[in-house]
Amino acid sequence: MLLRHTPEEIKERKALTVNPAKMCQPIGAMYAALGIHGCMPHSHGSQGCCAYHRSTLTRHYKEPIMAATSSFTEGSSVFGGQANLVQAINNMFTIYNPDIIAVHTTCLSETIGDDVNQICQKARDDGKVPEGKHVIHCNTPSYVGSHITGYSNMLKGIIKYFSKSTGIKKDQMNIISGWVEPSDMKEIKKIAKEMGIKIVLFPDTSDILDAPQTGVHAFYPKGGTTIPELISTGDSKFSLALGEFATDAPAKDLNSKCKVKFKTIDLPIGLSATDRFIVALSNAADVDVPECITEERGRLVDIITDMQQYFYNKRVALFGDPDQLIPLTELLVDLDMKPVYILSGTSGKVFVRRIKEILAESVPNAKVKNGANADLFLLHQWIKNDPVDLIIGNTYGKYIARDEDIPFLRMGFPILDRVGHSYFPTVGYAGAMRVLEKILNLLMDRQDRDSSEESFELVM
Amino acid sequence: MNKIAILEERKKQIYYKGEESFDMRCERGSLAGSVSQRACVFCGSRVVLYPIADALHLVHGPIGCAAYTWDIRGALSSGPELHRLSFSTDLQEKNIIFGGEKKLYKALCELIDKHQPRAAFVYATCIVGIIGDDMDSVCRRVSEEKRIPVLSVHSEGFKGTKKDGYRAACDALARLVGTGPRTNNIGQCSINILGDFNIAGETWMIKEYYRRMGVEVISTITGDGRIADIQRAHNAKLNVVQCSGSMMPLAKTMKERYGIPFIRVSYFGIEDTAEALYEVARFFKNKKILRQTDELVKSEVRRIIPDLDQYKRKLKEKKAAIYVGGAFKAFSLIKALDYLEMKTVVVGSQTGNKDDYKRLKEMCPNGTIIVDDANPLELSRFILEKDADIFIGGVKERYLAYKLGIGYCDHNHQRKLALAGFDGMLNFAREVYSSVMSPVWQFCPRRKKV
Repeated sequence: MLLRHTPEEIKERKALTVNPAKMCQPIGAMYAALGIHGCMPHSHGSQGCCAYHRSTLTRHYKEPIMAATSSFTEGSSVFGGQANLVQAINNMFTIYNPDIIAVHTTCLSETIGDDVNQICQKARDDGKVPEGKHVIHCNTPSYVGSHITGYSNMLKGIIKYFSKSTGIKKDQMNIISGWVEPSDMKEIKKIAKEMGIKIVLFPDTSDILDAPQTGVHAFYPKGGTTIPELISTGDSKFSLALGEFATDAPAKDLNSKCKVKFKTIDLPIGLSATDRFIVALSNAADVDVPECITEERGRLVDIITDMQQYFYNKRVALFGDPDQLIPLTELLVDLDMKPVYILSGTSGKVFVRRIKEILAESVPNAKVKNGANADLFLLHQWIKNDPVDLIIGNTYGKYIARDEDIPFLRMGFPILDRVGHSYFPTVGYAGAMRVLEKILNLLMDRQDRDSSEESFELVM
Repeated sequence: MNKIAILEERKKQIYYKGEESFDMRCERGSLAGSVSQRACVFCGSRVVLYPIADALHLVHGPIGCAAYTWDIRGALSSGPELHRLSFSTDLQEKNIIFGGEKKLYKALCELIDKHQPRAAFVYATCIVGIIGDDMDSVCRRVSEEKRIPVLSVHSEGFKGTKKDGYRAACDALARLVGTGPRTNNIGQCSINILGDFNIAGETWMIKEYYRRMGVEVISTITGDGRIADIQRAHNAKLNVVQCSGSMMPLAKTMKERYGIPFIRVSYFGIEDTAEALYEVARFFKNKKILRQTDELVKSEVRRIIPDLDQYKRKLKEKKAAIYVGGAFKAFSLIKALDYLEMKTVVVGSQTGNKDDYKRLKEMCPNGTIIVDDANPLELSRFILEKDADIFIGGVKERYLAYKLGIGYCDHNHQRKLALAGFDGMLNFAREVYSSVMSPVWQFCPRRKKV
């Protein structure tokens, strides 16, 4: 029992997080920057930050992750990191030749008060940024928010730097993607294409973090939103922002900078959220929903119909990032399951409100918590006190799943011990079908394992 | 092949054996803007102390540093698993402004009450060094109140390299050593195992060798480590130090303070493992131990040779690239590869010093590229240039190797296979063999035979 140290009795903790259900801002900024074509993320802080983020992303994607660091020393911590960053910018363009350097800060550089905006400007003024190349930045103090905040802040940085309005609108719309996998971003592009809508998706980590084996290591793989596309986001007719926590603020920024109207909706995870996504797309672009998408939806509903008895009343604990958890909870309710514990390390009042709304009728007594002390230690205590049939969350859930012998579906970030998330989406109707398949396999395998010989069934 | 840019500053950190020799530049911070494979001071301290399983490990800082180091190292414990949980003070903006000492105090008290650990390590992160929390005094206070050692580890990330983190860890350990009783019932032939971290159970294997030799092991620092053992480590007659990069400071302190001599060894490869065990046996000048060591080495070698030879036949002339943390590891790897009659075509380290690089130059055949603090661009270029068949390194290089279509062997904390000792050599050969000879490479475009 790895988690034998978890007591059943729940006491209020004030100063302590045990087994966190979040990470820090900079890793989110790094992930978002990786979704820009030809972009080198840069961590303005100690070497360790960058090394940890790269290692974590490497373990999750099983891909080499490229990012550079300002390599702070004791001296830079006293005198400021300007010299390091200017030198770093110069070195990066010389050695690695990216089109864009996307700088994010760390708790260290934030606390010593580095003005990264001014430093980047100095690098430009000093001629360290070659013609046609770009340095963008965002502030990501690790002691505020979580990795989701950092992701959102990098998107804001991208908009601030690139989006331009020429005054002439283009026949295209923006989709600002929340934190999802490369497979999901590919699926979003596929759906838009099927609907005949021209979109700019950003960020877009597909064809970057799911790169094929070619025998060469492409420092800048072919995917990612391009600079012309990013600039053109200011001329798009409309923005659809997917996931309030990660994308609402960037969408607002784009609207106030370039007057691009927007709508923030949930990530299209599950049936109802995908319905809203498709309707929003169709309304914004004024197109009809094509037959192939309606049929795909039909197939999803068909699976739910066929297998409803296996979903019914199953108790589920889920943890992870708010933008995923909100539509996922809704999906579980649509399936007639009982999401009883929902927990996120990322703070924000909207989370509890939304989840409570979704569960108002079906599971009014569900435990919902986010922010401070919403960690896996607490989730484990809840489960110990009243068990569940299924746990959904990132890899770190495996300890609880093992100790309590509960089926476990890996979803979210990071997934350090399985593959598939890079290649098979969980968004859209097709993604929902995959989620359903996974849930069913887990529940039915469990039933097969636990049933007595006489009730062991061949046909299910 | 496309030439990659190598900055003037880096040229003295890369050497092609056979060309005019120069002193390698090393032990300096990475250039700003490099995609360095290196980590920070905190990382160094965390990996060294982490395997102590009955201690509480609390990271004082924002959530990231604790989150990224949560159970990422396969350091096994034969008992408690407290070290595998992740504890953080999760500092927020208001703590940065008003200080985090109160929060640290509360967190420590809460955790110690709940888990009753034998000691607590508190790790400083970058931010703690900047906001000036007096961790020492908080630790002292809690230590007095809770009556267990509470040790602050000065591992602020920016204060140097990973090596400085090792030093900070050793400093904390040194405060612990000697706080246990002087005992008389400890034999004359007793040692501490320093610098083995029980990855995949390696410390257990080594301990078993010493048991068979008739040598008593007082403490293992830090693999499968226990606080009480470390506290009485000063009773041992000899410190046997592996991974000398991390543990030398502690060995030196123990020599100064308690007069315990130390020897530097490596348990990797047949030659080095045998030499390590013989050296310990020779130290004690005890006939029985010498005889038992001899028997042990001979029977172990006899046992693994037939299997090893099979791999050797297949691996002969295959080319390996090595990039590891400490250079000491590289020495052993080169010898082990030599045994398999493989060629080392690239060898690099994150933290090697001048003497290390001198020795690497002596060990390697002409043409081998020797590099300090490499970046992925350089590594890929060297691999392609030398047409390596396998890359031996850590987590960040694994998928780089695979992308290039060559094999990979994990020689870092995450490895799942024990590579130490005689069985470790067999495991190593098997792993290298399975990766180099994998049928997958025939499907890789670059290596497809035309």
